[in-house]
Amino acid sequence: MRSELPLFPIQASSVAASVDHLVYFLLAVAVFFSVGIFLTIFYFAIRYRRRSESELPVPAHGAMGLEILWSVIPFGLTMIMFAWGASIFFNISRPPDDAQQIYVVGKQWMWKMQHMEGQREINELHIPVGQAVKLTMTSEDVIHDFFVPAFRTKADVLPGRYTTTWFKATKPGKYHLFCAQYCGTNHYAMVGWVYVMEPQDYQAWLSGGTSGSLASSGEKLFQTFACANCHHLTGAPGRGPDLRNLFGSQVDLTGGGHVKADEEYIRESILNPTAKIVAGYQPIMPTFQGLVTEENVLQLIEYIKSLTPKQAPPAGAAPVSSRQKSTKQ
Amino acid sequence: MITEAVQERENYLNASYGIKSWLLTKDHKRIALLYLHTITFFFFLGGIFATLIRLELLTPKGDLVSADTYSKLFTLHGVIMIFFFLIPSIPATLGNFFLPMMIGAKDLAFPRINLLSWYLLVIGGCFGMYAMLAGGVDTGWTFYVPYSTNYSNTYVIATGLGVFIAGFSSILTGLNFIVTVHRMRAPGMTWFRLPLFVWSNYATALIQVLGTPVIAITLVLVICERTLHIGIFDPARGGDPILFQHLFWFYSHPAVYIMVLPGLGIISELVSVFSKKPIFGYKVVAFSSVAIAVLGFLVWGHHMFVSGQSVYAGLAFSFLSYFVAIPSAIKVFNWTATLHKGSISYATPMLYAFGFIGLFTVGGLTGLFVACLGVDVHVHDTYFVIAHFHYIMVGGTLMAYLGGLHYWWPKMSGRMYPEGWAKLSALIIYLGFNLTFFPQFILGYLGMPRRYWSYPDEFQVLHVMSTAGASVLAVGYLMPLIYFMWSLRYGAIAGPNPWGATGLEWQTSSPPPAHNFEETPIVTTDAYDYAALAAREEAKVG
Amino acid sequence: MDSHTETPELQEQFETPGQQKEVSTLGMWVFLVTEIMFFAGLFLAYTIYRREFAGVFALASNTLDVVIGAVNTAVLLCSSYTMVLAVRAAQIGSRKALILFLILTILLGGVFLGVKAYEWNQKFEEHHVPGPTFHLERTTQQGPAQLFFSLYFTMTGLHALHMVVGEGLMLFLLWQAYAGKYTPSYYTPVDVGGLYWHFVDIIWIFLFPLLYLIARHQH
Repeated sequence: MRSELPLFPIQASSVAASVDHLVYFLLAVAVFFSVGIFLTIFYFAIRYRRRSESELPVPAHGAMGLEILWSVIPFGLTMIMFAWGASIFFNISRPPDDAQQIYVVGKQWMWKMQHMEGQREINELHIPVGQAVKLTMTSEDVIHDFFVPAFRTKADVLPGRYTTTWFKATKPGKYHLFCAQYCGTNHYAMVGWVYVMEPQDYQAWLSGGTSGSLASSGEKLFQTFACANCHHLTGAPGRGPDLRNLFGSQVDLTGGGHVKADEEYIRESILNPTAKIVAGYQPIMPTFQGLVTEENVLQLIEYIKSLTPKQAPPAGAAPVSSRQKSTKQ
Repeated sequence: MITEAVQERENYLNASYGIKSWLLTKDHKRIALLYLHTITFFFFLGGIFATLIRLELLTPKGDLVSADTYSKLFTLHGVIMIFFFLIPSIPATLGNFFLPMMIGAKDLAFPRINLLSWYLLVIGGCFGMYAMLAGGVDTGWTFYVPYSTNYSNTYVIATGLGVFIAGFSSILTGLNFIVTVHRMRAPGMTWFRLPLFVWSNYATALIQVLGTPVIAITLVLVICERTLHIGIFDPARGGDPILFQHLFWFYSHPAVYIMVLPGLGIISELVSVFSKKPIFGYKVVAFSSVAIAVLGFLVWGHHMFVSGQSVYAGLAFSFLSYFVAIPSAIKVFNWTATLHKGSISYATPMLYAFGFIGLFTVGGLTGLFVACLGVDVHVHDTYFVIAHFHYIMVGGTLMAYLGGLHYWWPKMSGRMYPEGWAKLSALIIYLGFNLTFFPQFILGYLGMPRRYWSYPDEFQVLHVMSTAGASVLAVGYLMPLIYFMWSLRYGAIAGPNPWGATGLEWQTSSPPPAHNFEETPIVTTDAYDYAALAAREEAKVG
Repeated sequence: MDSHTETPELQEQFETPGQQKEVSTLGMWVFLVTEIMFFAGLFLAYTIYRREFAGVFALASNTLDVVIGAVNTAVLLCSSYTMVLAVRAAQIGSRKALILFLILTILLGGVFLGVKAYEWNQKFEEHHVPGPTFHLERTTQQGPAQLFFSLYFTMTGLHALHMVVGEGLMLFLLWQAYAGKYTPSYYTPVDVGGLYWHFVDIIWIFLFPLLYLIARHQH
C-alpha cells in the first residue's frame, strides 16, 4: 500500500489532505520556476557562449515593463499562497465547539496525557476516529512541541501557560508523535504514538480500568485542600468567590478591569492567587504553587468546569453561550 | 613552475614585512587577508562538526557519540558557521578588500576600527573555542529559554559572550562601510555608478548596524537571567519565554540577509563580467538590495507561527514574508535577462554563479513553503527547514563566496588558480550539495524533526543519501583549500585584468599597491561599461 | 599630498580635512543609532512588563526617590549645556574656556554617577535589589516586583556604564585640549565627543519618567 520510499506521510486527519493540496500547488509553482529558470539559463549559456575574446555584446539596460511583469505575477502567486495558507491556518487554530477535551503535560522527557474520563497515558494518546479532539497543553519545565506528522498539526507547549491544538482523525491506525522543540538530552526520545481507534474500540479502551474521571479527581483535590472553606458550594457568602457557574464567564476585578474565567485564569488563581483579585474580595487566598502538580491543576479545572452545568464535558451537544455574570454575595 | 625572473613590483603584500606589520596594519587589504585566514579556520571547524553530525545520522540509533555530545555538535556547528563564518565572510574579506577600491578610495573611513573589528572577531572566537574545549554548549544556536537560562548545564555564558563580542565586530564593519560609501567615493562615482557589489554590501551594513545590537542586548539578558535570575524570561517570576524569541529573531531573521545579500552582490558582478554586459535593470537590482534589507526587519515572526503567538500576528508575518521574496526573485530574473545575447564565458567564477542561481532559486522557492502558515505548521522544526536554509546559506552564500574568491583571487594574490581543478571542484560541490540536502526536504515533510540524535528506522535511506552527499561535498571544499595555497607559489602570474572586467579594482596592478591607486581615479562612466573599457584598451595599444 | 603635510592630523585615507570631519561626524551618528538599538530591547521588555503588571510596577516605582532622580536629571542637562559651551569654545579657539567647560562637564557627570551610587545603595539597604533577600512591601506579587527592579538596575546600570565611558572620553578630550591639539580648524573630536555625551543624556531623559514617574499623580 505505501511505496518503499514514500514522499508524503499518511493523511490521517481532516486537514491533512488540504495541507497536502496546498503543497502540491506550491510544488507546482516551485518546479515551474526552477525548471523554467534552469532551462532558460542553460539555453542562454549555450546559445550565447563566448566565441571570441573580442566580441562585445550590445548592452541592454533594462525594461520597466518586464520588471513590472515579473514582479506582479510572482506577487500575485504569493498572495494566493498566503491566502490559501491563512485559511488552513485559521482552521487549524480554531477547535470546533464539539471538540473533545484532552489534557497534555509535557516534561523532560515524556508526554503525560489525561482524558476527561480519568484515563492517563504516557507517551501514548488513544483517540476515536472521526471525533474532533482538542488538546490543552502545558509544560512543567522547558518549551516542548506536540507534533503529529500524519495529522499535519504542531503546537509549542510552554511552561506557565496553556496552548492548544486540535485535530480530527480520519483513519484508524498508529501514528508518530514527536517532540519538535529541542528540550535537552532526551529530546529525541520524547516521542510516542497516537492510536486512532474505531469508536467502539475506543469506548472499550476507555472503560478498561480507571481511577475516575478528571473532574472527580479534581473534586477529591478540592476536598483535600479544603477549598470549600472559603469557596462555599452552598451559595452562602464566603471569603472566596462562588465557583459555581464561574467557568467561561466574565469576572470583574478589583481596581477595574475584567477577565474571562478560562483555563489560564483558573490556573493562575490556584498558583498565583493575588495576581488578580475579584472585585469585592480580599487578597487572602494562599498559593498552592508546589502543593499541586500541573496535572492536579488540570483536574481542578475540570472539576470547576463541572460546576457550571452547561460547560460539562460535551458529548456532541450544541455549543452554548458562556457569558454569565458571576454572582457574588 | 614559475622562475624567479618575475619583476617584484611594490604591492601591499611586500610593502612591509614582519608580524607587527600584519597585526598592527591599517591597510584594508591586509585586514581582509587576516579575516580570510580566520573565517577559513572557522569554516573548516564548523565543517568538522557537520561531518560528525552526518556520520552519526547514518544509522537510526545513536551510536557514534552520546546524545549530549550530539546536542553540542549541532549547537557548535550552528554557532560557528553563522556567527564566526557566514556573517563576517563576504563583507569582511571581499568587502573589506574591494569596497574601497571599487569606489576609488584609498582605504575605509576608519582603518583602525577595521583592525579592531578583526580583533573582536578573534576574541569572540576565543570565547567560543573556550566554550567548545571546556565542554561545549548544547542549547542549539537559537538559545531558546528557559532551557538555556535555567536547565542547560553547559557553557552557555561563554558562548553567549563570544557571540556578543563577535557581534560588535559585525557592527563596526557595517558602520565603516556605511560611512565609507557615503563619504569616500572618488570624484564622478555617483550612487548609480556604483558596482552592485557595493550596493549589496551597503544594504548589508544597514542591517548589521540596526539589527546586531538587539541580539547583543538579548544575550546580555540571557546571561543575567542565567547568573542573577532576574526573571525576565522566567514564567515563575512573571517573565515570558516568548519575549526571548521575539528579541532573538528580530536580529536573527535580518541576520540571514546579512549572510546572503553580499553573495547576491557578488553574483551580479560575476554575471555581468562573464557575459560582458551590464546587469539588466541595474537600478532595480540596486534598490532590491535595499528593499530586502528593509523588509527583512518586518518578518521575524515567521519563525514563531506555532510558538503560541496570536493568529493575527501570524497573518501579518506571513503576508510580509511573501513581500520580501519578491526583490530576490527580481534579481534572479534580471540576472537571467543579462545572459540574453551576452558573451558567456564558462570560467570557474561563472560556474559558481550558475550554481548559485539554481540553488538559491530552489532555496528561495522553498521559502514560500515555510512562509505559508498552513504548511509551516507541519514543516516547522523539521528537516524541511534545515534543507531550506542550507540551500540558501550553502548553496547560495557559500557558492557566491567561492565564486568571488576565484574571481578576485588573481587581483588579491597576483596569481591564477588552476582552472581545470577549479572547474572540477565546482562541479563536485554542486553535485555533493544537492545529494546532501535535497533528500532533507523529503525527510522534513515526512516528519523527521530537527535536532534528533536517533530517529525512526523508516528515515534511514534518506539520511544515508544525505551523508553520502556530505562526503562528496567535503572533498569539494578541500580541493580549493589545497589549490589556492598551491597557486600562491606555482600559479600563473596574473595581469591587472585577466577577466576583462570594468570596475576600478581592475585598473590597478595585481596585487594592488598599498595605497590602491597611483592617482585618485576620476569616474566618467557607468558601472559595467564594457564598450568604454574596450575603447580604453584600444587607446592604450594604439 | 599637500593637505597631509599642512595638517598633520589629517589621516591618510582622506583627501581634505573637510572630508575627515564629515566622516567622523557621520560615523558617530551611525554609532549612536546602534546604541539606540542596543537600549531598545530593554525599553521593549520594560514596556511589555509594565503593561502586564501595571499595579506592581507603579508600587515599585514609587519607592524610587523622585526628588533625587529629578536633581540628577537637572545635573545631566547642565552637563550637556557645559558640553555645548565646550564645543563652542573649541570652535572659536578659546583653549582656556574649552578646558574649563570640559572640566565642568566631567564634574557634573561625576555628580550624576555619585548620586546614582547613593541611590543604588539605598535600594540595597531597602532590600529592593533582586536576589535572595529581595522583598517589596505591600504586595504579594514578588516576582513581577523583582522584575521591575531587575529592569531598573539593568537599564540604569547600562546607562551608568555609558556615562563612565563618556567620562573617560571627556578626560581624553581634556588631556588633548590641555596639550593644545584643538584649533578652530580642527576640533572634530570635541564635536563628536559632544554628540556621544548628548546621546547618553537623552537616554536618561527617557529613563527618568519611565522608571520614576509611574502613576505619581495618584499619590
